[in-house]
Amino acid sequence: MKQPEDTLVIANKTYTSRLLVGTGKYRDFNETREAIEASGAQIVTIAIRRTNIGQNKDEKNLLDYIPADKYTLLPNTAGCYDAESAVRTCRLARELLDGYDLVKLEVLGDQKTLYPDIPATLEAATILVNEGFKVMVYTNDDPIMAKRFEQLGCVAVMPLAAPIGSGLGIRNPYNIRTIVENASVPILVDAGVGTASDAAIAMELGCDGVLMNTAIAEAKNPVLMASAMKKGIQAGREAYLAGRMPRRAFASASSPIDGTFFGS
Amino acid sequence: MQVTINGKPTTLSGPVSVTDLLRDMNIEGKVAVEINYAILPRSQFNEYQVSNGDVVEIVHAIGGG
Repeated sequence: MKQPEDTLVIANKTYTSRLLVGTGKYRDFNETREAIEASGAQIVTIAIRRTNIGQNKDEKNLLDYIPADKYTLLPNTAGCYDAESAVRTCRLARELLDGYDLVKLEVLGDQKTLYPDIPATLEAATILVNEGFKVMVYTNDDPIMAKRFEQLGCVAVMPLAAPIGSGLGIRNPYNIRTIVENASVPILVDAGVGTASDAAIAMELGCDGVLMNTAIAEAKNPVLMASAMKKGIQAGREAYLAGRMPRRAFASASSPIDGTFFGS
Repeated sequence: MQVTINGKPTTLSGPVSVTDLLRDMNIEGKVAVEINYAILPRSQFNEYQVSNGDVVEIVHAIGGG
């Protein structure tokens, strides 16, 4: 049976890939570019930081390796521990990207867990939505908060599966599933995925996509892992759409019971 | 005159446009600039004169998740 094309829509833009990737922790910009190409990702996160004073003129620029005409660039507010820093970062990002207003909002609570500071994230999201930003928000796996961010006007809600950079996989599939079932905006797992099967599980739970960085960048072979993640995402999505068989406590024979030539 | 650029106290000989400041600092790639916590649009880089006491932030894109 031919399926209609399965696409992801975020802020009125249509994507065929459901894997979103970061650009941090790579050996160099060439490896970054190769891994992104292998991942098939169309949305790529970047960070906003101060330029080095007394900069070397020949210093390479990340944006030369991930051109804005080829990818949707998603600036993040990583490293922000209060609403004001996050809002300033988004305003600078919008200016840097010539008015493009899609942002990944994260306001962190502490350095050990990198868990989101939810009150501060709510405060920043409110300001950013009012200023016309299209906010994809990093949050915890709390279904109530996920709904709150949706109602506030965020264009996508991105619960963590496990702490950022931990690679622990989907720690609370029941909450992720509840968030997905309640949602009317895209739900993307952001953070915690370690390997391709984790990405597949997120997609089997019904997530609209997965955003990851460390799982690819810190693999022994990042380009190969990027390719594995692409397939994990596709396999998980197809399995979700196909609808899995019910779980049973006991066996159910795969071959017909009748018509055997032995026995009576 | 004294200004703060990317968090560092800096002495400049006098008011200077943002375009000239970026050139003097060897910054060529794409950047965004904030003056005293407000965005300075790129269209005003030639016109705006960085003055005594200004707090200047110059940012660019780097790798991140």
